Amino acid sequence: MNSLTGTGTLIRFILRRDRVRLPIWVLGIAVSLMGSVASFGDTYPTQADRQARANVLDSAAAQLFVGPGYGTDHYTFGAMTANELLPFSAIVVALMSVFLVVRHTRAEEEDGRAELVRAGVVGRHASTVATLVVVCGAQVLLAVLLTFGLPASLSELSTSGSFAFAVALAGVGIVFAGVAVLIAQLTANARTALGISSVVLGVTYLVRAIGDMTGTHLAWLSPFGWATEMRAYVDVRWWPFLLSMACTVGLIAVAIRINARRDVGSGVIADRPGPPEASPLLGSPLGLAFRLQRASLIAWSVSLFLLGLVYGSIADQAASLYEDISSLDDYLARIGAADPADQYLAITLSISAVIAVGYAVQSTLRARSEETKHRAEPLLSSAVSRSRWVWSHLIMALGGSVVMMFAYGLGLGISRAISVSDIGELPRLVGSALAYTPALWVFVGIAVLLFGLLPRAVGAAWAFLGFVAFAGFLGPLLQLPNWVYDLSPVDRIPNVPVADLSPWPLIAMTLIAAAMIAIGLVGFRRRDLTEA
Amino acid sequence: MTSSAISVSGLVKSYGPTRALDGLDLSVATGEVHGFLGPNGAGKTTTIRVLLGLLRADSGEARLLDGDPWHDAVALHHRLAYVPGDVSLWPNLTGGETIDLLTRLRGGVDPKRRAELIERFDLDPRKKARSYSKGNRQKVALVAGLASDVELLLLDEPTSGLDPLMQAVFEDCIDEWKDEGRTVLLSSHILAEVEALCDRVSIIRLGKTVETGTLAELRHLTRTAISVETERPVTGLESMPGVHSLRLEGDRARFDVDTAQLDGVLRRLTEFGVRSLTSQPPTLEELFLRHYGDELAEDGVDVGVEEPAGERS
Repeated sequence: MNSLTGTGTLIRFILRRDRVRLPIWVLGIAVSLMGSVASFGDTYPTQADRQARANVLDSAAAQLFVGPGYGTDHYTFGAMTANELLPFSAIVVALMSVFLVVRHTRAEEEDGRAELVRAGVVGRHASTVATLVVVCGAQVLLAVLLTFGLPASLSELSTSGSFAFAVALAGVGIVFAGVAVLIAQLTANARTALGISSVVLGVTYLVRAIGDMTGTHLAWLSPFGWATEMRAYVDVRWWPFLLSMACTVGLIAVAIRINARRDVGSGVIADRPGPPEASPLLGSPLGLAFRLQRASLIAWSVSLFLLGLVYGSIADQAASLYEDISSLDDYLARIGAADPADQYLAITLSISAVIAVGYAVQSTLRARSEETKHRAEPLLSSAVSRSRWVWSHLIMALGGSVVMMFAYGLGLGISRAISVSDIGELPRLVGSALAYTPALWVFVGIAVLLFGLLPRAVGAAWAFLGFVAFAGFLGPLLQLPNWVYDLSPVDRIPNVPVADLSPWPLIAMTLIAAAMIAIGLVGFRRRDLTEA
Repeated sequence: MTSSAISVSGLVKSYGPTRALDGLDLSVATGEVHGFLGPNGAGKTTTIRVLLGLLRADSGEARLLDGDPWHDAVALHHRLAYVPGDVSLWPNLTGGETIDLLTRLRGGVDPKRRAELIERFDLDPRKKARSYSKGNRQKVALVAGLASDVELLLLDEPTSGLDPLMQAVFEDCIDEWKDEGRTVLLSSHILAEVEALCDRVSIIRLGKTVETGTLAELRHLTRTAISVETERPVTGLESMPGVHSLRLEGDRARFDVDTAQLDGVLRRLTEFGVRSLTSQPPTLEELFLRHYGDELAEDGVDVGVEEPAGERS
């Protein structure tokens, strides 16, 4: 087995490099799933509550997020776990496989490190196989944790049902390890490999969702369908898992065949040549910032638009759920119950705002990543002032924040306007969504403040977003004290469209954001450029 | 118009306990090509980054084109171009796009000059930066720098990734640049390149300038290697000042002599009837090794100042 020489060493090497990353993935997924099932017990204490929940799943839009909706006649916690948690967590484990595989295969080759390794006593397929062993091992470990962790978190869940759930999840993870190993063979660079893998992930997910929505057999073409068709907790079937394994073996076999023939560093798909001259747009820092952030701006705003469409289309069912579930009474009272549909729309608006903050922070901190990658230097050594350079990314972040909330409001407004046949919903919801923009700007301000004064601590902006998301999503269930909400810019926005829109919080937050931006800029103008 | 494009005195920059610059002096006259020599970690890049206003010096004076590099950064950057040693580019942009972006930010480019440089450096401007090798990334930065119509060029080890053919192209470009009366600060540790291009040289070590002057002036401080054949065996050389590593083999003598003492030694040699004589002028490399020799000797490296060091770089 010459082509596998060194595999053991490489496995230990990958484990050493990812000694933090791997546990974060595995434990992060396990703990959030365990937390989610634990919260089911508090949210749906009675069978009537669970049955009310099951009725929501009948809509086509809901099936985008949940499985085919089996076991809804008698909706147990197990059926709830399998229907509502499996499809989404399957996306997460698929991403885990894709990121880890590309990181240890194509990214290594692209950066030239693979060359160094392969020049040693290491077989042709050793790094591919070592990567697969580690990633699939991590998926198996996650399955073991879930098999015992899920029943421990919610005693109504059976161990055998949880085992089926965990195996279904691991099946998706392992198939996507195979997908990524193959795609990493095809492209010459890691970013494209990640992009194509994500497209495969998205398309196969949609195939599953469309199959379930239309009640056809289309879902059987998708690894996500194989997972949900195992019907964990309800009437378990094991043979769909064999489809996952067969598919994985096929993918790996093709990848190994390609790997046996190609040169190190090359891909099957060559990089397309680009324009030899820059367009007129690319003549200013802002033009460059736009070019660098364009793809992310489009991806984020399209996602938020689609999310708005889906959330808007299930508003009526979701609103009726609120009325039926006893445990939500307190929560609804706290936020001031009004029209249940508006109540629901208000909640989705604050959720979308928290998601859009992700764009705002990422976009602002692009300045920092440009700095650490030595790409600020060529601009700042030309006739571009420091302020102008930072503003180029700030404009993308501040303007992009408006675009994000507009996109979500547009999606929400369109689907709501159609379902209630009232075009007036469109401007009303777009306006409500835009009201959240100053909260996003506050995050931009925090990120710039850190960038200017404590550039090595910009990660704190992400930590604050994590805190706000935690408070917003789990706070009501955990009954956190009020001051926690007061700290969150998103919760400071009036609860539109339920509450009246008072301009003062928006003005105050805009001013706070402006002040932080000003201080951050002064700080940046006074400091050295740092790379680490 | 000023006589001094760059003048730096007593520059200090510390990173925590490490002193990257420890009272550095540097003076570059307008229109000259100035070599900035030192081993890795001597402070060359730090000095250039201070001159670009990317770092703020802790103390000392730095003037660039009659302005303050920190406060007048933008105005000064209109008049200079910079080529870093380790070029990072935007992976999604092609080489051509990058060149256009960087030159436009300095006030535009003559398309003919751009095309000519791309041709001379044999660069494919359609390739995405992520697929460029180190040498090709460096070419992109060089083309962007050389295509700009500016007074001053700051080059930080600009040829470390280029092959000898491209280094020759680079040297031609710098010669033309000099003929147009523009100024260049060339940081390097490739001594042959500095010898070929530079009018004056500053050698720095541990953040301090240890030597500065024209190549002729600096050579004066070094030794010339002499190999001579005489009618009668030479005597008395060993007692002469400035003679080192003397080896006598019958009527042949080989030794190094301090260039300052050359005249006296030659007079002495002629007394014995010189049949043939070869002399090897000191290379910059020997000069360099002499300044860092004690450091290397401490590490147990044979410095080899005794023998002409050849084309090592």
